[in-house]
Amino acid sequence: MSKKLSVTICTGTLCYVMGGAELQVLEEHLSPEVLDRIEISGSPCLDCCNQDGAGKAPFVKIGDQIVSEASISKVVEIIKKELNVE
Amino acid sequence: MAVNHAVLMRRDLLTRLSTLFYSGELELKVDRIPLDLRPKGVETSRCCIYKDRAMLRYKVMALLGFNIRDEVDELTPLSEYVKVARSRTELSKEPLTVVDDVCSACVKVNYVVTNMCKGCMARPCTSSCNKDAIFFEKGQAHIDSDKCVNCGLCQKSCPYHAIIYIPVPCEEACPVSAITKREDGTEVIDYDKCIYCGRCIVSCPFGAVMEKSQLMDVFNAFDSKKKVIAMVAPAIGGQFKAPLGQILGAIKSLGFDEVIEVALGADMTTENEAKEFMHKMEEGQQFMTTSCCPSYTAAVGKHLPNLIPFVSDTLTPMQYTAQIARAQYPDDILVFVGPCLAKRHETFCDENADLMLSFEEIGSMFIAKGINVGTSEAIELDTTIDSTSRGYPVTSGVMSAVNAKIAGRVEVRPLVINGLDKMQLKELKKFPKGCSANMVEVMACEGGCVNGCNVIANPKVATRQVGEIVKKG
Repeated sequence: MSKKLSVTICTGTLCYVMGGAELQVLEEHLSPEVLDRIEISGSPCLDCCNQDGAGKAPFVKIGDQIVSEASISKVVEIIKKELNVE
Repeated sequence: MAVNHAVLMRRDLLTRLSTLFYSGELELKVDRIPLDLRPKGVETSRCCIYKDRAMLRYKVMALLGFNIRDEVDELTPLSEYVKVARSRTELSKEPLTVVDDVCSACVKVNYVVTNMCKGCMARPCTSSCNKDAIFFEKGQAHIDSDKCVNCGLCQKSCPYHAIIYIPVPCEEACPVSAITKREDGTEVIDYDKCIYCGRCIVSCPFGAVMEKSQLMDVFNAFDSKKKVIAMVAPAIGGQFKAPLGQILGAIKSLGFDEVIEVALGADMTTENEAKEFMHKMEEGQQFMTTSCCPSYTAAVGKHLPNLIPFVSDTLTPMQYTAQIARAQYPDDILVFVGPCLAKRHETFCDENADLMLSFEEIGSMFIAKGINVGTSEAIELDTTIDSTSRGYPVTSGVMSAVNAKIAGRVEVRPLVINGLDKMQLKELKKFPKGCSANMVEVMACEGGCVNGCNVIANPKVATRQVGEIVKKG
């Protein structure tokens, strides 16, 4: 079994207020097969909001990739691409 | 409430206003906000960048607490409004204001003939229309908006399905038909009908219905010599990814002298509502409804007068909390922190509470001050508060609390009305004629206060978090 893909959702206040709160229901939008291959966790702050050029909140880290303006559909899309599933 | 770009824009504007306030540059830079948000070259959501900026300017006006229709001179800069807001002592009575120019995006009549019209020979649309509103031009049907009464008969009659229904979202969402279009196409709110449920705010795809924020008035309070006390609604427990004590601690760090949980007042609501219920059942009253959702009580007062005798006389948790706080701080400023427009209006009407901040506004202030709730210092929770009082904001929470207090002394036949829409209002009207339940909890928002129009967290997540707080006791 290969290593699980890590999905870290920023739950810092800025991200949370700017739409990140919705990402707390991410699991409901993924199939059991996909959920089995990823590891979802929360981070008190991914420290992206302070960095120029990082884009806009909310942020999610998928593998090594920082996703800005993360929405459920955007995150689901990237996870599927990373895992090579339809 | 679903998060969308209109909601996020409002939060962005609130955050920018707070940030400028904290850096002392509000008056200096407030007029740059529309330009910063719509710099040259970015994609616009309306016809052009200039209209976008103008609409943003009006939204800022609303967030500074002004009625947009009161504008006298379009050249008045936002900095002037800031000056007025920073020295005012009175609040504007009605809590909503509409960005009129946005309403032009919505249709005047709901039925439109599309170019799928074949201009057929039968023309059932013309014969079905009682108002003679359909005319033909270049072989296709058109609807005369001055004559059309939105009956929909033409749509039903068209064999090609060429006539479509286009809703006006705010009007569609309003359960009491309080928001309607004027002749000029702008929407106007009839406050003799409005129940402050906030659905118009949430439903407008352009975010044209705005609450007049009291953010400036809260900043004025912080600048005054008086103490500023936050009274925080229990729905806050589900709004941030942190324990309740930490959330309240974060609120305190915004500059409040004290933070009081409104759950404290909910204790009194539970106590008194239980007593009142037992008394009324002894007297032979058919049923009693709760009174803590001000949108529901407004609906009764304005639309369901036959229900008035059945609504509990017990005060809401906010009203009790404000009484307690006022006794303790007779000359200071009491700010209620809550989830919705109805509570904003209730705060305005309350003799003890002074100001109101929504969860969104609190969230924006956190961002502006760089406060991360998850790393804030927690304050100690008031252990005298009954755990059920912290469960009020979730549907059936009030019922559980009151029922537990009655503890079987009187038979309770519960009914929970979870969300007020047109249908539900019609149903409620019939209750005095016959209702199998004897205790009825009514919340205007589906799911309870965790789904108010100003919440940050997804209601499902918030419900879960509030449930955990109640369980912990």
